[in-house]
Amino acid sequence: MMERLERYGRLAALSIVAAVALWPAAAWAHTASGEAGGFLTGIRHPVSGLDHVLAMLAVGLWGAQLGVPAVWLLPVAFPMMMAFGGMFGLMGLPLPGVEIGIAVSAVVLGVMVSAEARPPLWVALAIVAVFSVFHGHAHGTELPEGQSGLLYSMGFVIATGLLHGVGIGIGSVHRWDAGRVALRVAGAVVLVAGIFFFWNALT
Amino acid sequence: MKGKTRLDGQAGCYGSLAAVFLLLWPAGADAHLVSTGFGPFYDGVTHLAVSPDDLLSVLAIALLSGLCGARHVRAVLFTLPAAWVVAGCLGLQRATEVSVPVANTLSFMVVGALVAVDLKVPWPLIVGLAVALGLFHGFLNGTAIAQGGGGVTALLGTSAAVFVVVALVAGFVVALRAAWARVAVRVAGSWITAIGLLMLGWAFRA
Repeated sequence: MMERLERYGRLAALSIVAAVALWPAAAWAHTASGEAGGFLTGIRHPVSGLDHVLAMLAVGLWGAQLGVPAVWLLPVAFPMMMAFGGMFGLMGLPLPGVEIGIAVSAVVLGVMVSAEARPPLWVALAIVAVFSVFHGHAHGTELPEGQSGLLYSMGFVIATGLLHGVGIGIGSVHRWDAGRVALRVAGAVVLVAGIFFFWNALT
Repeated sequence: MKGKTRLDGQAGCYGSLAAVFLLLWPAGADAHLVSTGFGPFYDGVTHLAVSPDDLLSVLAIALLSGLCGARHVRAVLFTLPAAWVVAGCLGLQRATEVSVPVANTLSFMVVGALVAVDLKVPWPLIVGLAVALGLFHGFLNGTAIAQGGGGVTALLGTSAAVFVVVALVAGFVVALRAAWARVAVRVAGSWITAIGLLMLGWAFRA
């Protein structure tokens, strides 16, 4: 019996080696500039800054704490308002105190998650919408030249939405007592990071 | 008996191994269909895949019709590709390519916003939207295809791709019953709107 299993194991290993060796793979040696580069740069951009990542995750965590319908509305509102800010940033319209606004967003969202705050829905939406404009404006002014605008925007929005999804996924631990505590601790971490970003923005 | 079972097992494993080899053996893609005459048709099919603005518009109207119900889906499924072909044929007659980035962006941004707010669009309105989108994007496609040396065959390929995308996406959405799944569709609409807002920024970039 053991002998047969070993033989099958060897054959299985051989099959895997053959599959890996024969799998046709493209070299992707020359990425067309302005096409694939635009999409990939857009995907990378939202995850390139810890301040943005923490704020977007915190939106997802807070939405999960608030439950239905906030858990659905916040991720719908954030990308649209962020894109609104991004549009202003691209147009060159100034928004004073962008970095401070981003840092304060982490502080406020950290407080909300750590305190498990439950304001009225419109207040939660307003908080998320206002701060997402700051994030979007910063992204809009940082967009690199020479990219395909549409593909860049698609990658950028998709990455932002997926970050919310990750936050909501993590926030689903809210159904357990230990999970609720863990979420509040995560909110405290976002709060501390926000204070650090705020200090950096001031100095 | 025991020996026969072992032999059967070995034969099965070697057979599996051979199947893996055959499946993974790299073969020619036959990408250039000159001999069949279907090259321009597939050019048209792939044109939709490499034109994100067209694709976003098709996705947006497919999602919207799916949220509205099967009757809306059936209407969009046929009116959108038909309008696409008609306007595309007109576009093929133009000597120069037409580029209207702001109108192009608005076309998918507005429909994406309707998806995001889950608006129950009346049947005549969604038919009108599908016709308008088909005429607009079809005409732009026609001018672009003409510049690339393509013709009606390429245009038919694009329209066929539009039909297939609408059928798959709207058919998937119309079958959704769970509340969260419907919200996921609305989130997709908000993403399309967000992309449109960013594109407006790109269009008026300082």
